[in-house]
Amino acid sequence: MSNQQKLTEAFSQGLGIESKQVTDALTYNTIPEWDSTAHMILIAELENQFNIMLDTDDIIDMSSVAKAKEILSKHDISFDA
Amino acid sequence: MSVPTQYQDAFDALMTLPPYDTPYNEKHPVLLNVLNLLHEHHVNTCSEYRNIMQTEVTGRDADTISSLPYLAVRLFKLLRLQSIGDDAIFRVLNSSGTTGQVPAYIPLDRDTSSRQSKVLVRIMQEWIGKQRLPMLIIDHPDAVKPGGQFSARGAGIQGLSFFGRDHTYALKPDMSLDIEAIKQFRDKYSDQPVLMFGFTFMVWAHFLDSLEKSDISISFPNGILLHSGGWKKLEAQKVSNDAFKARLHTLTAITKVHNFYGMAEQVGSVFVECEHGFLHAPVQSEIIVRDPFTLAVQPHGRQGLIQVMSAIPSSYPGHSILTEDLGTIHGIDDCLCTRKGTYFSVSGRLPKAEVRGCSDTQK
Repeated sequence: MSNQQKLTEAFSQGLGIESKQVTDALTYNTIPEWDSTAHMILIAELENQFNIMLDTDDIIDMSSVAKAKEILSKHDISFDA
Repeated sequence: MSVPTQYQDAFDALMTLPPYDTPYNEKHPVLLNVLNLLHEHHVNTCSEYRNIMQTEVTGRDADTISSLPYLAVRLFKLLRLQSIGDDAIFRVLNSSGTTGQVPAYIPLDRDTSSRQSKVLVRIMQEWIGKQRLPMLIIDHPDAVKPGGQFSARGAGIQGLSFFGRDHTYALKPDMSLDIEAIKQFRDKYSDQPVLMFGFTFMVWAHFLDSLEKSDISISFPNGILLHSGGWKKLEAQKVSNDAFKARLHTLTAITKVHNFYGMAEQVGSVFVECEHGFLHAPVQSEIIVRDPFTLAVQPHGRQGLIQVMSAIPSSYPGHSILTEDLGTIHGIDDCLCTRKGTYFSVSGRLPKAEVRGCSDTQK
């Protein structure tokens, strides 16, 4: 599975939404499914998918799918097509 | 109506200051500016606030934090104090009020909610670090119900969940110990740094009491307990902070314990207890103690009514609130723990005030 696929999978599992809803523009608190409770589930999904540990700064900064990619790239996870 | 740019800029400037390392004379002008802008914003956007203040914005700002106007905490129960349109509300917080008391009405928009999280993270990182620790929550899972209206208790648990991983609830809905869950948590993490969080009364009466009576023994020598929600019930049982810590240590081996003082009306900018037993105002908030009869500012060392100020709320006029709690400021910038800012203690609630601690809603 590519990193992009893993990311889509984590978002769709974590938030309980369809894969096609997972676009870079998708932003925290703009859909009912991505609230603060789901946010913690999403974080756990991302940690599992990529086998990383995110700290509290990462959680606060992860305000969109695009931002998630940026944060994950700090953990040496690349999303180049 | 969205947040005025001027305020957002001032808030961002405040956030560049370290929470406990900014001397009072450096903090005061920056926080005062934020609070003045919030006052102006709420006068412009909340008609009830404007009526209470009996003012239009005049351009005359307060020149000290203590001369800023304030609202009595009770007003959040009696009035719908809101500085945003209904369509901008994404969560309404209700303070403790499950026992027939009137709950407070605290409307949050995304900006305010996001600021609450940011400030809470900034503050708590100073006490527990940036790493998220395995977390034992001294409550039951039903206390956090997703969506819609939110109890202060659920919001508190959820806010603190940010700092944990592998969240484990120590109690069952009937408030008995979830022995299996606790055992699993113990076997996985006993030697590691872990985070525990619970409301003070529940930690005492439903966790420590039950641990003592049960066969299970746990030891988390590297654990940290954060607890909050008021001492009123424990004071009635003559339980002091020292006794609380001693019993916790006996039953769990935890030595790092931080009480914190906060309220639903000002989520985020909490006051955390240091190693010397004093609560500290971070750079994002301030505390003032007033004479309960004249409302004049009390000198340090004298007990009075606590007024809390927070840089956070723009969706409701809760940046300056006179509480019904009694407390004493002990000094500024010179606590033995070396943290800067105002440090104080809370001694209880004004007689005749409602019982309203988060801990106190559990029968």
